[in-house]
Amino acid sequence: MSSEARRVGGPLTTRPFLTLAAIFAVAAALILWRLVAGLGATTALSDAYPWGLWIAFDVVTGTALACGGYAMAILVYVLNKGRYHPMVRSAILTSALGYTIAGLSVVLDIGRPWLAWKIPLFFWKWNLHSALLEVALCIMSYMVVLWIELSPAFLERAAEGKGTIAGASRKILPILEKALIWIIALGMLLPTMHQSSLGSLMLLTGPKLHPLWQTPLLPLLFLVSCIAMGFAAVVFESALSSHLFRRRPETEMLAGLARAVIPVLGVFFVLRLADVAWRGQLARAFAFDRYALAFWVETALFVAGLAMLANRSRLRDLGHLFRTAMIIMLGGGLYRFNTYLVAYRPGDDVSYFPSVPEFTITLGLVALEILAYAVIVKSFPILSGAPRAAAER
Amino acid sequence: MSLDRRSLLRSLATAGAAAVAVEGTAQARVRPMAPADALGLLYDTSLCIGCKACVVACREANGTKPETSNSPGGIWDAPMDLDGQTKTVIKLYKSPDGIQRSYFKAQCMHCVDPACTNACMLGALKKKEHGIVSYDPSLCVGCRYCQMACPFNVPKFEWAKAAPKIVKCELCRERAKGQPAVDGSGFTRYPKGQGPACAEVCPRSAVIAGTRAELLAEARRRIASHPGRYKGFREDDPPKIFGETDGGGTQVLYLSHVAFEKLRLPNLSDQPVPEVQQTIQHGIYQGFAAPILLYGLLGAAVFRNRRAAGEKPEKGGES
Repeated sequence: MSSEARRVGGPLTTRPFLTLAAIFAVAAALILWRLVAGLGATTALSDAYPWGLWIAFDVVTGTALACGGYAMAILVYVLNKGRYHPMVRSAILTSALGYTIAGLSVVLDIGRPWLAWKIPLFFWKWNLHSALLEVALCIMSYMVVLWIELSPAFLERAAEGKGTIAGASRKILPILEKALIWIIALGMLLPTMHQSSLGSLMLLTGPKLHPLWQTPLLPLLFLVSCIAMGFAAVVFESALSSHLFRRRPETEMLAGLARAVIPVLGVFFVLRLADVAWRGQLARAFAFDRYALAFWVETALFVAGLAMLANRSRLRDLGHLFRTAMIIMLGGGLYRFNTYLVAYRPGDDVSYFPSVPEFTITLGLVALEILAYAVIVKSFPILSGAPRAAAER
Repeated sequence: MSLDRRSLLRSLATAGAAAVAVEGTAQARVRPMAPADALGLLYDTSLCIGCKACVVACREANGTKPETSNSPGGIWDAPMDLDGQTKTVIKLYKSPDGIQRSYFKAQCMHCVDPACTNACMLGALKKKEHGIVSYDPSLCVGCRYCQMACPFNVPKFEWAKAAPKIVKCELCRERAKGQPAVDGSGFTRYPKGQGPACAEVCPRSAVIAGTRAELLAEARRRIASHPGRYKGFREDDPPKIFGETDGGGTQVLYLSHVAFEKLRLPNLSDQPVPEVQQTIQHGIYQGFAAPILLYGLLGAAVFRNRRAAGEKPEKGGES
């Protein structure tokens, strides 16, 4: 299907590879410690702040940044913009890796991970009132869906050679192509469900969530923000990988994607401010406390993102696109991080700041993600666009 | 390219309208009621002398270890708050000028419509017999969403353990063998040694056990017979029974001679804490119809557009 996609090739164990592997090795040792010694010994989490960096960043922000596959699928398959099809596969890879890392983080974060298998299997115990159950089931299924969506890339590579595996791969591919329609549809349904439910989750914290963030619109705001962040992540990842792997950048397409972000981010921004005003909470934005500060930093990032997007002539400049995408990712990320951590107020004299192991493990998992990305795009047909040498003939 | 934006806007607008419609049409769900035999506690700050007999009795009844890390030399049981080994605690409120004082007993409030049981994925926390919010560790993965959700910050976690559990008051349900019956003083109680241990040992009856209806009647009687003794949420509010309606009502009730806000109880409306979330979630997922419909529409869209344009670059392109 993605005939344009080519593997990058080149040596795998480069110096960046070894650096990333070393960072992950440190994290892996700490992960082991966490599992043996428990959460109290390794994290700064407490009864007041039961959810910290791993949930707010790795899971809630991470999965939104991993919504590139979702956003691209909407663009290509619902809005029928077939010309963006060459970018879908790399977006799906980033999503698959992002969600897998988020899943890993959840396993580390929950206190009794050896019972996690009961969540999908004990269906007669399912509490259908639990938004978290919905999120958990959707994310688990979506992870499987993403790897199936990506499997043609692995099969295409396997089909290259001779032998039984290659033969089987050549047989499976056309069958998979047909079945993929319903998988792709599932790949759009599941994020719609769990990304909005990630917003609903915090509704249950009621008065503990600061009124600048606590709103019945949380599910809608989370859904819209993840689409904007997904597009931005695709632009970011594509610009960066074309630079690092010396491939011809798809500037035209990235500019198109950036323009697609404008209405999404615009809708989010209007909803966000109108909601605060409508609920009569605007005065709290001028309270000169840390919540007001967090709100304004968040808002400033959205304004900056929209202003950079509005500069149409510069949208064909790869550097500008890259910076714009980064600002949007930061803004959307901060909105989510604030909702889950900064704006969560369990009491007066309690606080939370992540521990060194928490930071290190998060960093290590990000390193693992980049590492896996590099290995996979080098070994399998993921990225579109010709190598630069060929393009400059 | 302007097409992109228009169609994106259109689908966003549709999604928004759908969400608003769902929120608008979704009927407020039926509020759960306390069962007729709902057991609870009534704690009266004006009677408590801070002897902490209830804390000790709770430890004995539940087999929890004394929390000595805060005391000099580590020799006294001195929990600062509820924690992974403390299911009830007595705290002291002192006004800044030191004149006004009050003890305060914390434990699970056993909400009529609890946030924690709505949060819990597999129902490890669930309202069981007599409306007691009960914990089953075999269904708990340790996600701690209950801690995030509880407006009273009651569920605690065994942070120091590699195999931790959630810890909270279960009204000594493990001790109960028979059925509770109405005793001489007119309250529904378990036989000695089977009901909530804290109420059983209290020398001043500052904490008493009974059904929610009995406790509410007793609280009203005390307010009526002691004008001026009890306070409301704020200093100038009329006297109130905390938990009668707060957050949809609780099975543990408080009477206080200092304003409840000074005891750091949350200022909840009559609306149950889970109500907003449940109304929205149930509106969206009613009968799972919306997701199934959306899945069908998405499948059809993929089918059409993958045939039409998926394989080849789109004709026309940049406009």
